[in-house]
Amino acid sequence: MSKNVRTGLIWAFVGVMLAVMYVPILILIIYSFTGAKALGVWSGFSLELYADLFTNESVLNAFKNSFILAFVSAALATVLGTTAAVGIYHMRRWKKNAANFVANITMENAEIVTGVTFMMFFLAMRLPYGWTTLIIAHTMITVPYVILSVTPRLSQLNPNLYEAGLDLGASPMRSMFTVVVPQLIPGMISGFVMAFALSLDDFIVSKFVNGSVETIPVYLYNALAKRGADPTLRALSSVLFVAVLAVLIALNVVSVRHKKKVAKISG
Amino acid sequence: MATTTREKFDNIIEIKNVTKVFDGITAVDNVNLAVRRGEFVTLLGPSGCGKTTLLRMIAGFELPTSGTILLEKQDVTTVPPHLRPINTVFQKYALFPHLNVFKNIAFGLKLKRVPTGEFDKKNRPVYRKFTKDEIAEKVERVLKLVNLEAYGYRGITGLSGGQQQRVAIARAIVCEPKVLLLDEPLGALDLKMRKEMQLELAAMHKDIGITFIYVTHDQEEALTMSDKVVVMTDGAVQQYGTPKKIYDEPANAFVADFIGESNILSGVMKKDFLVEFCDTQFKCSDKGFGKDERVDLVVRPEDIAVDPKKGALKGEVVSTVFKGTYYEMEIMAAGYQFTVQNTVERAVGETVWLSIEPDGIHIMKKLKTVNEYDGEITAENTVKFCGGEFEFAGGEAFERGDEVRVSVPFDKIDLTDDEADGVIGANVTQTLYKGSYYQVQVYTDDDNDFLIDTVDEWDIGDRVGIKIDPRDLTVTRKEKEQETEPTSASAEAEEGDENAQ
Repeated sequence: MSKNVRTGLIWAFVGVMLAVMYVPILILIIYSFTGAKALGVWSGFSLELYADLFTNESVLNAFKNSFILAFVSAALATVLGTTAAVGIYHMRRWKKNAANFVANITMENAEIVTGVTFMMFFLAMRLPYGWTTLIIAHTMITVPYVILSVTPRLSQLNPNLYEAGLDLGASPMRSMFTVVVPQLIPGMISGFVMAFALSLDDFIVSKFVNGSVETIPVYLYNALAKRGADPTLRALSSVLFVAVLAVLIALNVVSVRHKKKVAKISG
Repeated sequence: MATTTREKFDNIIEIKNVTKVFDGITAVDNVNLAVRRGEFVTLLGPSGCGKTTLLRMIAGFELPTSGTILLEKQDVTTVPPHLRPINTVFQKYALFPHLNVFKNIAFGLKLKRVPTGEFDKKNRPVYRKFTKDEIAEKVERVLKLVNLEAYGYRGITGLSGGQQQRVAIARAIVCEPKVLLLDEPLGALDLKMRKEMQLELAAMHKDIGITFIYVTHDQEEALTMSDKVVVMTDGAVQQYGTPKKIYDEPANAFVADFIGESNILSGVMKKDFLVEFCDTQFKCSDKGFGKDERVDLVVRPEDIAVDPKKGALKGEVVSTVFKGTYYEMEIMAAGYQFTVQNTVERAVGETVWLSIEPDGIHIMKKLKTVNEYDGEITAENTVKFCGGEFEFAGGEAFERGDEVRVSVPFDKIDLTDDEADGVIGANVTQTLYKGSYYQVQVYTDDDNDFLIDTVDEWDIGDRVGIKIDPRDLTVTRKEKEQETEPTSASAEAEEGDENAQ
């Protein structure tokens, strides 16, 4: 096989993979710009669906809910995850492994199991489903991602940094906040953004504990179940996709910039 | 052990019976040390000797397992680091990367409180913070001291290693600590930079008059800069004295080997001022040893005279290397390979005569002449010590559970490459070439040490097995160890060094 043929095959394979992954969502996005009732019918370019979407009370409400939930739970997860990362980082060998294992369970567990678990837990605690349960559940499922993004920053730290703070007269608390935390901020930001994105598009866990609060994914599902393939859902799905994509791209740009900065310093 | 606990007022730091144990490993072992105000004291030793742990206890980062640390007569053993008037220059500087040079240096000043001279209603002194102007002035002054005047608003990450080092020193001394601790601060610099910084540090110490406690494993650095040197190994102080004293009169073979080039030999004191080694008697300047006491002795390479015709020892030149201002020659004489430094070169293979002036020979007490441990009889002819069960040649009847004293000469221990071939495993921690054999020190997992004389060369850090011939183990009952006859077949085993000569 000549080299050209081989390269061709490789690209063909990559092309097919990408097509399988992205063509459906692309079609959805394209057809969100036409007013036709049925999917696959093009009745001319129009922003009708988007107009419908953004005048729909319950859609707007779901958007508001999703963003508030994502913001609050990501903020909580950042605080908890950073604290946990610092604690775990300073543990001894087997305790460290055990703590990491426990911290990763919600990440590796099937989401449906996590969802059912939360549902039963809140039931047992007699906690009514709603904002509280949603915030708790979203915080818990995103904490591991914050730990994962803060830990590498910790291992890059000079081990004496915290002690240097103490040495110069800062109390343990003060040394932590004025010396160590500033070094962790890039990790905390990427952890926050990741948690935000995950919360924004979580459906399964939300569905079990949301009560009467509708987030975008839950609204989408409920609308589909009730009214079938409502054309405005095409616009809604597109907005959700683009929103999450935007967050992830932002995250990547930030981390690439940071890497360049690090490379420049050490180079 | 050279311990100094003089009750003088100007001892700024006193360390009394300080021991630190980490997970069953003794890092610092009953250290006593007094540092006088204004001195430059260096803790010197190989890595893992406990010098950094000792420093960290003075800084307050580690709590001693036992013992006390006094600062100006006040017990500060349990005072947390941020409340001690002591500052540290860390090994890798530990500068704050998110702050610029100025803010790094101002960090400690912003937290510092100074008495206003006034008193409150309850007659307690009133404290205040430094003003912005005071801080700026102090930072500028210290930047000048470390030759970084123009660098105040630079970021940390753009600085070279030497510049970062200066910032770290400036950050520590700007707080005007009573004691400045330096943990191998020059370790990360290249050779040329290190030499420059050594001189600068010594000059700075003279300028500001703060007491310096400096940790290093580099003997040259220690001898160049310090007023006093503390040589440590295995968590214990081996010798404490001026650089000259340590070089000229090492307390034992370890110190002699660690400080400078040296020929270390075993010998016998015939009488005061007369020592025998290499089957030859030499006049020396030491006295006060027992008659026929076995001793270690050190002869510095520059103290050996070489003559083609006359001298005390006949030898043959094995190798010669030009070292810039002198030749360093290896000369084989009486079974010992002497390192000799001389401005006149002798050809390889040439027969020469060596002689040593009395003050070129320094006699040291032998650290230990036999390995001794406490053990317990676990079965007939089996004794348990150092975590292993060893067989010994029986004689006297012991009961199971008897507590005994076990001894074995240095040259009667076999080291095995494979840990599993020995009764217990151990790590090689030190090897000392003694001319015709190596004296190897190993540590067992339960923190006991063995000294072994062997012709094989072992590397520090090697994992080895320890094996002892049953006939070479001397087991004596503990309660009356003086009277009991050794049960071993080789009753004169205590004189074990003989065979190694």
